[in-house]
Amino acid sequence: MKTNQKILLQFGICIFLFILIGILINNLTINLLRTGLGFNFSWLFKPASFALAEHPLPYTSSDSYAWALFIGWLNSLKVIVSSLILATFLGTLIGFARTGKNSLLGLISAGYITVIRQTPLLLQLMFWYFVGFLGLKDNMFIQIKNIFNLSNQGIEFSGLTFSSEFLALLIGLSIFTSAYIAEVIRGGILSVPRGQWEAFRSLGLSESKGLIRIIIPQALPAIIPGLTSQYLNLAKNSTLAIAVGYSDIYAINDTITNQTGRAIECFIILLFSFLLLNLLITNTMEIINRLILKSQKYS
Amino acid sequence: MEPIVIAKNLTKSYTKGLRALDNVSLTVDQGKVLVVMGPSGSGKSTLIRTFNGLETFDKGELDILGIKVDSSHDERKIQKIRRRVGMVFQQFNLFPHLSILENITLAPVHVQKRRQIEAEEYGMYLLSQMGIDSHAKKYPSQLSGGEQQRVAIARALALKPELLLFDEPTSALDPERINEVLDEMRRLAEQGMTMVVVTHEIGFAKDVSDQVLFMDSGKVIETSPPNIFFSNARHERSRKFLNQLDKHK
Repeated sequence: MKTNQKILLQFGICIFLFILIGILINNLTINLLRTGLGFNFSWLFKPASFALAEHPLPYTSSDSYAWALFIGWLNSLKVIVSSLILATFLGTLIGFARTGKNSLLGLISAGYITVIRQTPLLLQLMFWYFVGFLGLKDNMFIQIKNIFNLSNQGIEFSGLTFSSEFLALLIGLSIFTSAYIAEVIRGGILSVPRGQWEAFRSLGLSESKGLIRIIIPQALPAIIPGLTSQYLNLAKNSTLAIAVGYSDIYAINDTITNQTGRAIECFIILLFSFLLLNLLITNTMEIINRLILKSQKYS
Repeated sequence: MEPIVIAKNLTKSYTKGLRALDNVSLTVDQGKVLVVMGPSGSGKSTLIRTFNGLETFDKGELDILGIKVDSSHDERKIQKIRRRVGMVFQQFNLFPHLSILENITLAPVHVQKRRQIEAEEYGMYLLSQMGIDSHAKKYPSQLSGGEQQRVAIARALALKPELLLFDEPTSALDPERINEVLDEMRRLAEQGMTMVVVTHEIGFAKDVSDQVLFMDSGKVIETSPPNIFFSNARHERSRKFLNQLDKHK
């Protein structure tokens, strides 16, 4: 293709895109005019006038919509970060059990991975909430000297309380994601050549020392990218919080949309909240990845 | 002469009744070099890998340096054996994320609990013996195949082993790199190291070995001193194999 033909083609594509965006914006303004709402964010500072069951920072119904959304974002962050840690821990254990020498452990972990991956997350969350927690007695199902309390209200542990909604989401997300992480870990371990295992074994190193010093350092570069995408999935899956009534950013956004009718603004806020969350995860993982590669100058 | 390796009726079967090892018995005395030869798939690698527990077996008994193991594959005993037996692999199997010196000091420090400085000094001594001490700070991927294999020998020697196992140590090397590795092995044999070597290198077997063990389909066909094996092998199967090797020279 000649150069001027290329330029012409690109010009044509640009015009087409401009027209498309123009039509969309036009539609939007006409529809917003029709509803009489217009496009602005000033409503954010009006009182939300709804209560939130869970708020890591002080919140009352007279606080603004913006504050309510921020609380929702914090709630999301709280459940995502804690699930991420728990899922990584569980997934690593199961991944190792799956690749390890013990055949019974291998079978159990293979079963775990199969069952968890073959059922919808929504179903699992419902299970943990309705069967796991609401199925408990209403007070003190298990009580250990006022330090640990388990009931259908959730868990109380030395002054800290975790609602059953939060716990159902935490357990559901962690277990669901751990099955995928286990497979990522297994893939990473299997990517290390067999000869490396034989070499450390023949030197008399124990299995645990060999794993820590020889296998894991070589498996990490293969594990990190897979792990990152599982973390991003976890963050996005956390919006299923609405199914168990946990007030995450999505659930609060939903309530506000219903109250104010500001669907488009709310949608944009939601979009950027998740963009922010996931960029946070991606960048952290990118830093970790770079540190690992830097410490392994060999390749 | 004290026997270092005694194998009695070692047998290992695969699921379809195929035998990787079929009633293999042998003895290697202290300071002796046993060369194991045979066509690919004859079980020679499997055999020497049972000596340090990298392979299990179904029947028979093994006595390595006075430590007796049977088909139950007792982990504690195997661990004891591995601390006293070095192994060199066809594909070198150096740890790519560790420097040459770290490769060598890993086991002395973490298995034998020797001091880091002491292990490094001995590691440098081993490397200088092989003329590759200038590579100590480099990583395996920066070295040629022959150099990597010599590092692998140094790594095995770092534990001051009483028996060295070589699993086709020169098969993955460029032809012009083979001798630098074989020379190291010759030097070790001269120093009185007990060695079991799986190899196709006839020259090495002729010069260095005390016995040649020839295997086919998991069975020991014959065990002879090299001068007899290479000039006047007792078995038809051995002669056929040697003819094949000659044709490929």
